Amino acid sequence: MTTISPARLDLENVSAGYERRIVLDEISFQVPHGGQVAVVGPNGAGKSTLFKVLVGLLPLRSGKILIHGELLGQHKDCVAYVPQKGEVDWRFPLTVTDVVMMGRYGKQGWLRSAKKGDMDAVLNALQQMDISELAHKPIGDLSGGQQQRVFLARALAQEPHILLMDEPFTGVDAATTEKTLQLLDDLMDQSVTVLVSTHDLDMAAQRFDQVLLLNRNLVAYGPAQEVLTAEMVRKAFGQRVHFLGGEAIIDECCPPE
Amino acid sequence: MSWLLDPLAYAFMQRGLVASILIGVICSVIGCYVVLRGLAFLGDALAHAILPGIAIAYLLQGNLFLGALIAAIVVALLIGFFSRQGVIREDTAIGIIFAAALSLGVALISTIQTYAVDLTHILFGNVLGVSTADLWFIGGLSMIVLACVRIFYKPLLLISFDPILAATLRWPTELLRNLLLVLLALTIVGSLQTVGVGLVAAMLVTPAATAYLLTRRLPSMMALAAFFGGLSSVIGLYASYYLNIASGAAVVLVATVFFFIAFIFSPNKGLARQFIKKA
Repeated sequence: MTTISPARLDLENVSAGYERRIVLDEISFQVPHGGQVAVVGPNGAGKSTLFKVLVGLLPLRSGKILIHGELLGQHKDCVAYVPQKGEVDWRFPLTVTDVVMMGRYGKQGWLRSAKKGDMDAVLNALQQMDISELAHKPIGDLSGGQQQRVFLARALAQEPHILLMDEPFTGVDAATTEKTLQLLDDLMDQSVTVLVSTHDLDMAAQRFDQVLLLNRNLVAYGPAQEVLTAEMVRKAFGQRVHFLGGEAIIDECCPPE
Repeated sequence: MSWLLDPLAYAFMQRGLVASILIGVICSVIGCYVVLRGLAFLGDALAHAILPGIAIAYLLQGNLFLGALIAAIVVALLIGFFSRQGVIREDTAIGIIFAAALSLGVALISTIQTYAVDLTHILFGNVLGVSTADLWFIGGLSMIVLACVRIFYKPLLLISFDPILAATLRWPTELLRNLLLVLLALTIVGSLQTVGVGLVAAMLVTPAATAYLLTRRLPSMMALAAFFGGLSSVIGLYASYYLNIASGAAVVLVATVFFFIAFIFSPNKGLARQFIKKA
């Protein structure tokens, strides 16, 4: 792998996992300034674990993560994370604006109240995700796709340098998928580094310049056409991949976990 | 008007009224977090668990509030410790500690001569026995709790709604959770005199739940909960004066009536509205 400088995100021999189980084993890769990477792998391959490590939700077992050449945690709010299907209580008495404003909490700290700059960032984020008209709605009234867009808007309001999205294309409506893809293009223009986990190989091949194939180990990393070969995909997905006339079909109906 | 002013001729009624309103307000404000985070059982357990602290303070002739406060904090941290081990669920841990602490409290108090009277006052409050010193204590406590809710509004909201974001911002989620438990403990200790440990859970939950039915944003939920908590205290105390019923019970019953009214007639979430929608 060649070093692209200045790399925004460096992982060196990163291992991480839960109590008795190592999920990520000695992963090393680099993502350049403004790169967009699809993280692909079967269930349990460590896609979510990788993201959790990158935002500091899980401690490192070993290895190093550098952002802008500095150790993880030095830049407090430059990494935004959109978890798989926001695991929050949607009955909370909050409006869409309240939730998106939480994206500004990192910059505001505990005490400072919202200023014009914060409000502008929130309004822009709402507009970018096309949910301005929902601004004053209670979050309990939203559909699944709208909830996802609120979380994406919140991540945008954080004005991150690196954006992590965990399975943003799973279980959402077509309009939200379209909006999310459009967002990827916008972020490319703003040279925000993006990592997106997905198990949709077509999406990975068509919409991302780099693909990272993961199955506890790093199976392959590079341009989509080099990584998503039959041999590599079989190596990552094992028995669960079948090839039918040049199309890879992944049997995900019986996930191992 | 005289029926409104007559009771206030007595200094103990004035003190009781002020104490009730203060406790009604802080219970309801902290209660918003109790309702939204599903901490009702924990609140009830904390309330009962302070009994041994009070008993020990009584036997040593120390300050009852201080004893209660120490017991509440010890129990809150114990529950946290047992459930963090991951061997038993949090509600099981609460159930065990709560029953054990209550038993210890009753056992200790039963060694005291005037057992029945003292226990009744602790369990159900004695709002007409609020002294001037008690009132200062309750007032100071209320200021501290309300100030913390205001100062820590953002972090407490975020760890309640989305602890993942709080963690990615590197905010100390564990410390903030403990802060919330300590605020809850302070509130419960303050309410000893007015509604007592037996009924404080109702004051934590009922006005906040009423406000939840009527609003869509947390600040207005807190304000409305405080309003219902304070109003229930006033009406309850007058009812207790004229009907000659236990004051703590009267306050809780009034708060419950407000809840039922909101449950039926809430503009967005009420039964009546749902009925009309279906029809």
